[in-house]
Amino acid sequence: MEPILFIVFGAIAVGGSIMVVTRRHPLASALYLILTLFAVAALFVLRQAHFLAAIQVIVYAGAVVVLFIFVIMLINVPESRLPVERLTGVRFLAVIVAGLLILEGALVARRFGLAGTPAADSGSVEAVGRALFTDYLLAFEVTSVLLLAAVIGAIALAKKKI
Amino acid sequence: MAIGVKKVARPRQMSGGETLYLLEILRGLGVTMGHLVRNVFRQENIATIEYPEVRRVMPPRFRGLHRLMRRPDGTPRCVACYCCATACPAVCITIVAGESPDPAVEKYPVRFDIDMLRCVFCGHCVEACPCDAIRMDTGWFTPPEHTREKLIYTIDMLLEK
Amino acid sequence: MSGLFDLVVSVVRVAVMLAFTLSLVPILVWAERKGAAYIQDRRGPNRAKILGLTLGGLFHPLADALKLLFKEDFIPDGAHRLFYQMAPMFALAPALMTFAVVPVGPPVVIAGREVALQVADLNVGILYIFAISGLAVYGVILAGWASNSKYPLLGGLRSSAQMISYEVSLGLSIIGLVMVFRSVRLSEIVASQGTLLWGIVPKWGVFVQPLGFLLFLVAVYAEANRTPFDLPEGESEIVAGFHTEYGSFKFSIFFMAEYVHMVVGSALIATLFFGGWQVPYLADSGFVLPGGAALGLPGPLVLLLRIGAFVGKLLFFAWLFIWVRWTIPRFRYDQVMRLGWKVLLPLSLANIFVTGLVLLLIGGGA
Repeated sequence: MEPILFIVFGAIAVGGSIMVVTRRHPLASALYLILTLFAVAALFVLRQAHFLAAIQVIVYAGAVVVLFIFVIMLINVPESRLPVERLTGVRFLAVIVAGLLILEGALVARRFGLAGTPAADSGSVEAVGRALFTDYLLAFEVTSVLLLAAVIGAIALAKKKI
Repeated sequence: MAIGVKKVARPRQMSGGETLYLLEILRGLGVTMGHLVRNVFRQENIATIEYPEVRRVMPPRFRGLHRLMRRPDGTPRCVACYCCATACPAVCITIVAGESPDPAVEKYPVRFDIDMLRCVFCGHCVEACPCDAIRMDTGWFTPPEHTREKLIYTIDMLLEK
Repeated sequence: MSGLFDLVVSVVRVAVMLAFTLSLVPILVWAERKGAAYIQDRRGPNRAKILGLTLGGLFHPLADALKLLFKEDFIPDGAHRLFYQMAPMFALAPALMTFAVVPVGPPVVIAGREVALQVADLNVGILYIFAISGLAVYGVILAGWASNSKYPLLGGLRSSAQMISYEVSLGLSIIGLVMVFRSVRLSEIVASQGTLLWGIVPKWGVFVQPLGFLLFLVAVYAEANRTPFDLPEGESEIVAGFHTEYGSFKFSIFFMAEYVHMVVGSALIATLFFGGWQVPYLADSGFVLPGGAALGLPGPLVLLLRIGAFVGKLLFFAWLFIWVRWTIPRFRYDQVMRLGWKVLLPLSLANIFVTGLVLLLIGGGA
């Protein structure tokens, strides 16, 4: 059952992300991005990471993409005036890089082997919370300082006079 | 008149409890619930008139649909003098006169149509009528119809009202 | 055998929940119209008849649904065809999905097996609710954008900004509750609300987290796009907002989504802050009052009382949605933003801080 679901959601994620970069209108891209994020959340669920899946949907699909869409709708460029990209070189490079990435992933998996099925409760809120506040406390705190810096930076950019 | 300075009453400063809104919202909810409960149990405050079943009683001088009066013998009182059609600002009255069989009466209306869609209910026809043949005291207004033709009232309809 | 049993139980649970949620919609539409009428000293719907019965206008939602079902289904010229058609589905589906984790009663034993009276008892229950309800905004946004018309676009814009602002407070207002009950699983939260606080007051969320309850209530109203936060519709300013260009059954799906949101929102308020299916002083064996008096009741009656209590609480809060709608006028847009960011957000953060402090002092945390 799990391999089938993995293939289905993996295919949705890959197909969705291809649609994200090929759609002409940014709003369509943003909507396919939601689909991709959703499929990735489903992959998280398959790896027992329920908490991560929920957070993925809340933060990315529920907030970040809404913000994207807000900006896209606020600017609201009519379809006839959308810029046409002619970056064939970059696209060609992107395909090569993607191929290399897949190759690298395959090599890493071959070298170190695939991780087994994680324990059923390893992705629960309690487990993630415990790991976050014991083993990874430093990283957690550094990340929060980073976010604080970003917030202050945003205020400094937005407000002319403080 | 000299231009003076008018003091405009500013909304007073809200007190602490009012700026919190919560208590005021609760009071508002109380008001609406009061209305609801009162109307569920006693319907006398409801202003709605259940139209087709209950009809509003019009004031006595309300100018409603026209009616044509009859003589005691049942013939129309109208003598087809065209006074009403002349007075009508909306030109909604069409009269075709005919010779009356009654020797005491000169003419009678063969046709007397009022186009209710054109009528402005001004009452000039009633004022103009020399023999009180047309009145607007039915106390009712033009009902809705599906076709325009149904709203051209003929003499028979006007006599029956 | 056990696989079949599980399958049957799952299907029945999904069917019952779906039927329950959707059948509440016409009742709420009726309650809204009739309630609004009585609040405004009118009579409200009372014309639709079946066999000469009007039942106080209860057939009007049915007549409306039939009318909308048989109206011409059109797509406006210049609309984005795919997204225009998808928008109503995006609006309704998340609202229905959220109800899956709400427990309507205690676990019951059927044929020797324990069956939870909720569709899915996820271990990330509350987070699942936030994840799914956050997606409901896409229906509004898609409708606003795909209609290719200015008023829907404005409605979609307002909706997206409002949703981001209030989702933050919605999430943070719950944290205090999660800290007190020490679980994000809704069945556990409800179960722990059955105990008594200081031996008298039921340990409901509203008594341990009064501020959290208020914040959550306001945020839920904003998330459900109900007055005083119905700016995406704002009929006095932007015609009908996001569904201006919608007609026939597509419109009615938006309409249904709004009421399903109300049902889900009320179910969440009842579950998180008012003890869900718990009845005060009602234990498994019967009523046990703090004074020591007890009244034994048979098991099935207790179960029925508890499910009835949940439905009753749900209906009360659904009615509160309606009641508030006909009491309070709509906020102005800047007022909505100020309330969201300058009042609700700091208050919810303070609530978390104070809750943590109190838990630390009385040793409830650790």
